[in-house]
Amino acid sequence: MSETKVSRSVPKPSKPWQPSAAERAQSLSVGVLAALASVGLVALTPMKGFLPTVIFFGIFAVLIGFAKGTFTRGSTTGKNNAIGILLGLGTCVALIPIASILETTISRGYKGLHRGLFTKDMSMNTAIDPITEGGLLHALLGSLIMVSIALVIAMPLGILTAIYLTEIKGRFSRPVRFLVQAMSGVPSIVAGLFIMSAIIYPITKSFNGLMGALALSILMIPTIARTAEEVLLLIPNDLREAGVALGGTQWRTVAMVVVPAARSGLITAMILGIARVIGETAPILLVTGGGDAINVNPVEGPMGSLPFYIWKSFFFGTEEATTRGWAGLLVLLVFVLILFTLARTLSRRKVRR
Amino acid sequence: MAITEKPAEGPAIPTRRVITTEPRLSDKVFRGIVTAGGLSSLIILGLIAIFLAYQGYEILVKEGTSFFTSSTWEVITDDVGEVQSYDFGLAAMLVGTVLCALIAVIVAVPVAVASALFMTFYAQGKIKAFLIAVIDLMAAFPSILFGFWGFFILMPKVEYWSLLINKYLGWIPIFSVDAKIFTRSPFLAGLVLAVMIIPITTAVAREVFDQTPLDRIQAAYALGATKWAMIRAVALPYGRGGVVGGAMLGLGRAMGETVAVYTVLNIVYQINWQVLFGAGGNVASLILLKFGEAKPLEIKGLMAAGLALFLLTLLVNLLADFIVARTGKKGR
Amino acid sequence: MSFSDSVSASMKSGRDFQNRQEKLEKDATMNESDQAKSPKPSSLASVAKSHVSRGNSARRLGTGLEAKGIHAWFGSNHVLADISLDFASGSVTALIGPSGCGKSTFIRTLNRMHEFIPTAAMAGEVLLDGKDIYAPGTDVTKIRLKVGMVFQKPNPFPSMTIGENVLSGLRLAQLKVENKDDLVEECLTRAGLWSEVKDRLGEYGGALSGGQQQRLCIARSLAVSPHVLLMDEPCSALDPGSTLKIEDTIAELSETMTIIIVTHNMQQAARVSDYTAFFLSDGGPGEMVEYGKTSEIFSNPRDTRTENYVTGRFG
Repeated sequence: MSETKVSRSVPKPSKPWQPSAAERAQSLSVGVLAALASVGLVALTPMKGFLPTVIFFGIFAVLIGFAKGTFTRGSTTGKNNAIGILLGLGTCVALIPIASILETTISRGYKGLHRGLFTKDMSMNTAIDPITEGGLLHALLGSLIMVSIALVIAMPLGILTAIYLTEIKGRFSRPVRFLVQAMSGVPSIVAGLFIMSAIIYPITKSFNGLMGALALSILMIPTIARTAEEVLLLIPNDLREAGVALGGTQWRTVAMVVVPAARSGLITAMILGIARVIGETAPILLVTGGGDAINVNPVEGPMGSLPFYIWKSFFFGTEEATTRGWAGLLVLLVFVLILFTLARTLSRRKVRR
Repeated sequence: MAITEKPAEGPAIPTRRVITTEPRLSDKVFRGIVTAGGLSSLIILGLIAIFLAYQGYEILVKEGTSFFTSSTWEVITDDVGEVQSYDFGLAAMLVGTVLCALIAVIVAVPVAVASALFMTFYAQGKIKAFLIAVIDLMAAFPSILFGFWGFFILMPKVEYWSLLINKYLGWIPIFSVDAKIFTRSPFLAGLVLAVMIIPITTAVAREVFDQTPLDRIQAAYALGATKWAMIRAVALPYGRGGVVGGAMLGLGRAMGETVAVYTVLNIVYQINWQVLFGAGGNVASLILLKFGEAKPLEIKGLMAAGLALFLLTLLVNLLADFIVARTGKKGR
Repeated sequence: MSFSDSVSASMKSGRDFQNRQEKLEKDATMNESDQAKSPKPSSLASVAKSHVSRGNSARRLGTGLEAKGIHAWFGSNHVLADISLDFASGSVTALIGPSGCGKSTFIRTLNRMHEFIPTAAMAGEVLLDGKDIYAPGTDVTKIRLKVGMVFQKPNPFPSMTIGENVLSGLRLAQLKVENKDDLVEECLTRAGLWSEVKDRLGEYGGALSGGQQQRLCIARSLAVSPHVLLMDEPCSALDPGSTLKIEDTIAELSETMTIIIVTHNMQQAARVSDYTAFFLSDGGPGEMVEYGKTSEIFSNPRDTRTENYVTGRFG
């Protein structure tokens, strides 16, 4: 006897817990009502401007959300609604400055961009001259040179610290970890003062790019050490065991197995270190000063840098000079953005592997 | 023949061997180098303290505790440029440092906690990824950017707000002013610093809330809790330590900021608790201001001031680490 | 039934429970002498047959739970197909089956915990007191008050004391009760934990052993007087002593509520349940192969797959 199977149709998957269109419209109406109420209130009272509208929008949104929840389901739902709206508003408050900063930098710095910006320096003119004269090449080169020298010092020290913490795990591990954290909290101006007191006054008596690089390296080491440590911890222990089981000494295992495996993560650490110091102004103002001409010799004479260029431009006070300052800030911002995106793409690619 | 009976013994537990290894020379060298590198942070921090103290020693000894309690900062020279007398006192600047940092933390922490809770428990998918990216990006902005944005964009607005606050709430002592000068006040500096530290504090808080144990969250929901009830019962108690640690980290950063504050804060040698009044200063901006024209003697005073700032921020950061390590990752 | 009525109902059943415990201990000593003469290994079937089913009790809460045509997906992965089960009020139903066949997913659709996974989707209805809990506009927190859950790994709230843990459900839902201390004592007695913790209600929940923590979680679920209690392998992480205590608790609780328990342990299913449902997945979505009285499933299953599973040929 043949069994005929009754084919039952499989229903479509659904998510009945998602808010329906009606519920979404209801939530939207809370926002609309709050907006109308706040605009109306501001129109009726002597308050004016954007700010009170926004503040009252927030207050009304919270109150209306609370009322809606309480009337439909009870005070627990009302409170839940109110808090949810409040937290969302708080997040907006955190985001508004970012938007404002980005908008300001772009709109004000854009006017200062011109073809000569990256090919000329300021040795032939001053900041109050028209924008198309002079550029920030000296500042760019100076920043690049100083950051590179700082990297040369900070990368080895940072990576060695990370290796100490993850591979050797000696008895100083806990104090060292604490100290790295403490070092990341050292104010940048103190780093500058340190270089002044330890190197410039007793030894060299000169202010130049190298001094700035040394100060920057102090600020860089903790960032690199922390990121490198995180990256090394992610390397699975199997790799280390495989290296040691093959008869490798510890240093060979670390140098030939662990570090290459962590390569992209260490590059991320380097990028984050660069991003950390590229905008540091205070130590440079203290120990490097800044010139107007291109100077690629770190041990002689003042060296320009992006932060110094920006700083100096703003203090002239005229419109052209201010625009130069914003242009410099825009260039700096773009650099930071590029570095940041690079670091994120690298770390994401590593995770997927 | 005497039979000596041995008492019945159970299987003897062997003594454990001590395992040692003699590392090869190359490994010994390796360990030496790495340890030296690892101790570099200790060495550098120590050197900072030593050199700053060395340079500022003279001033500290002469001024004694009045270095921290008096508010004057001046050098009196005669016509030739020789120094006749000097008086260095950090009190006004220390008060200013603490005041601005406190305002920053008071404004930043609620916003950071709200954002962190929103990002962990309310936002989903692409919105969540976007928010995390944006907050992390802002943490990478250079401080000079905040300084000038604060000066050009925020200052006019804050001036207006200070006027309003003083008008309606001026009866509260800290909101009163000696004269209606509202530009470049500790309030403005505090707000700029708040904007600066919101990203770091949010990032730390978010990481902690992300690690709230899922089984506790599910237990709360299974008992019929709303999202807010769950957050209050499970997430906040768990994340308390981490949030405090993040706040203190932000506090440390706010205390040491130089350029973000320099542009938006007037330096006046008088202790000023009136947050809306355009006077005050902080130690870092003082150093920056005076450095340009300082004679060697004053430089020593600035070094001493730098030492004070260094020790202060060190203390705050160590406290933050301690709190996070003790309660942060484990919750309770 | 109002909230306070159900509280006093549970208080009375707690006292009944203590009386019954004493009587059981007296019976046990009597039977021991019989058994000493001819010990026989007990099979699953005999255990199931000796399970005492309680009669109708007027104190029962709710009218049971019914699942109709439940399907579940994670993304495009179909994990549960067409499960229809009717859980009568006051019954204990065991869900058995090998790992990975969707039993836990199924009970999570019964108290709307399934939807916490972002890729989750479902189809079908779950009727509590005749109303679909997935109907639009339903307040899901109220559903979870009526359908409680005990998890596999005990999870008391470590930031609260033992007493506060028991009352946490009330606090989370902002419910008022007249006498908090009585309720705490009541729920802990019904969960079989009162005598062990009555002197240390102020201690924190993390100080208890695994079995005690799980009983604390049961007491916590009881405090909000659910109509249905879902238990997802509640004893799998516990020692046999605690397991036995919890099984006794289940027996007593079924006087007032419907219990659905997922278990890997067939002996446990035979011991505690009135009805059993056997779930199976052969690479595709999990299905319910057979459902019936526990004694039938273990002594005379209709489906060969059920028979193979309960006789240990696979799983």
